[in-house]
Amino acid sequence: MIKQTTEEKIWEIVIYFILIVIAIVTLFPFLYVLLVSVTPTVELPNVSKNILYFPKQVDFTAYNQIFQTDTIPQGFKISLFITVVGTLLSLLITVLTAYPLSRKNLPGREVLLFMIVFTMLFNGGLIPTYLVVKSLRLIDKIWALIIPSLVSAFNLIIIKNYFLTIPDSLEESVKLDGANDFVILFKIMLPLSAPMLATIALFYAVGYWNSFFNAILYINNTRLYPLQVVLRRILFSATGDLILDIETHKASMLAVRMAVIAVTTIPILMVYPFLQKYFTQGILLGSIKE
Amino acid sequence: MLNHYAAVKQQRKQPNIVVKKFIVTISKYKYLYLMLIPGITFFIIFHYVPMYGAIIAFKEYNIMQGILGSPWVGFKYFKQAFESPFFGQILWNTFIISVYKLIWGFPAPIILALLLNEVKNMIFRRTIQTISYLPHFISWVVIGGMFTDLLSPQTGVVNNIIKMFGGQPIYFMASKEWFRTVLVVSSIWKEVGWNSIIYLAALSSIDPQLYEASQIDGANRWQQTWYITLPGIMSTIAILLILRLGNILNAGFEQIFIMYNPSVYEVADIIDTWVYRTGIQGMRYSLATAVGLFKSVVGFILVVTSNWIAKRMGESGIW
Repeated sequence: MIKQTTEEKIWEIVIYFILIVIAIVTLFPFLYVLLVSVTPTVELPNVSKNILYFPKQVDFTAYNQIFQTDTIPQGFKISLFITVVGTLLSLLITVLTAYPLSRKNLPGREVLLFMIVFTMLFNGGLIPTYLVVKSLRLIDKIWALIIPSLVSAFNLIIIKNYFLTIPDSLEESVKLDGANDFVILFKIMLPLSAPMLATIALFYAVGYWNSFFNAILYINNTRLYPLQVVLRRILFSATGDLILDIETHKASMLAVRMAVIAVTTIPILMVYPFLQKYFTQGILLGSIKE
Repeated sequence: MLNHYAAVKQQRKQPNIVVKKFIVTISKYKYLYLMLIPGITFFIIFHYVPMYGAIIAFKEYNIMQGILGSPWVGFKYFKQAFESPFFGQILWNTFIISVYKLIWGFPAPIILALLLNEVKNMIFRRTIQTISYLPHFISWVVIGGMFTDLLSPQTGVVNNIIKMFGGQPIYFMASKEWFRTVLVVSSIWKEVGWNSIIYLAALSSIDPQLYEASQIDGANRWQQTWYITLPGIMSTIAILLILRLGNILNAGFEQIFIMYNPSVYEVADIIDTWVYRTGIQGMRYSLATAVGLFKSVVGFILVVTSNWIAKRMGESGIW
């Protein structure tokens, strides 16, 4: 061990200090939202007098209220549906497309790969895409929230590259036993790709849960609004409280707003720790290979 | 009769071989081609049909006549766009917001990665990393809502601090002077941790022997950072910078769409938001498509050029 000079020790303290500040700045808005959402109405004036106000009493009135109305539970249901069904469908179709494209001897592979990569570089634009969805009569259908963004070319390339790293010998030994490509894909390739598939599933799931623009484009029926769009209407329109139809004297609108943000964010916070060990591998895999 | 049949068969033999080969190939790989059908159909319908549909930029599109039936008008809508004052403004906004995000947002993850790299305590390091990646997974709707409340002139924390020091509260979300700053800061807050991952990977691939050798030569931490660490990740920095430059026309549509409001349109309205308002809300399909197509084409040229440069640099190793 080489002895640290005083100067280096000071620098080390400075570095730790800066990183702690970064962590606090990152976590602060989340903490603020959670604390305000459980602050009783009588204590709410204190919120604006402090930087971070810890309520003396924890009060769930705001949460009770938003779950008593129909708007938030309905939005929650829609978001849950598109996240679960969308992620499963996206994963299935992405895997089905990626596997043949990872077989080097497949005729036409290069052309199809180029065709897919090209969509990452050039697009027809918002209006023509909207007109396609409209002509398919998907407007105001829940499938408009899934199908137009079903396969991500980026995720597809990551999976294809991962399949390329699995040795051919495994595949050939099963092929001799007469197994077809579906059997090889589902019995051999997918079990070997579990961590990578978990990463991609996370990407898709977060994407679906957080997506709001498809709904803004394609959905006019408020019963089909996912949670993010409901949240946007509450937070960013002048008539936010009317949308919720809450009697504002019961809980102040500030606590209600924060409670709605919390309800939208908590599902992400819950899956985050489980999958975060995988995604660093996933993103690096994609960036290194291509 | 039989002879005749044989002769005809003989004549057809050449094309038959091609067809047969095709059928043999298809049947040999039938399961693989079967798997491709849903995915390829998706890309055709939702990516290639819209590319074709973009021809309405050159037409007088109306819903009754459809894409094919609408009459051609050539470059009418491009001319109309280029000659009107809004175009210069949305182009400038797109460019300047992107440049601000680049100047402030590009070095931020590099600095974070360098700081994390200095930390020897792995538990501390992991904790900071986990916390800093989190905002990447939160939607712009939520983040927009959080920032709106934190920056509110009445109850927001930031204005409370300003008031504590005796300043006047600022209405950040409606202020032409401040709105772009809000965009830059919130996008850094969201992505700095996530974007640092790639630099951390580059840092971890630097040969530790270099550090040991430099220590024997008496180099301090500063000198190590300056002469070993930074050169070690310089090619990664250069490549990411070039790729970022290729995306200069993407100023952050979802973020701006969520956060902007009519009082800041002058400084915040970018190509994408304008296309949405004009096309979807205003139903001026051809004009909006023309502006969107302009962005797609210029963006395509920029991305392809920057990718080409990045690849060449990647191959030869620039430093």
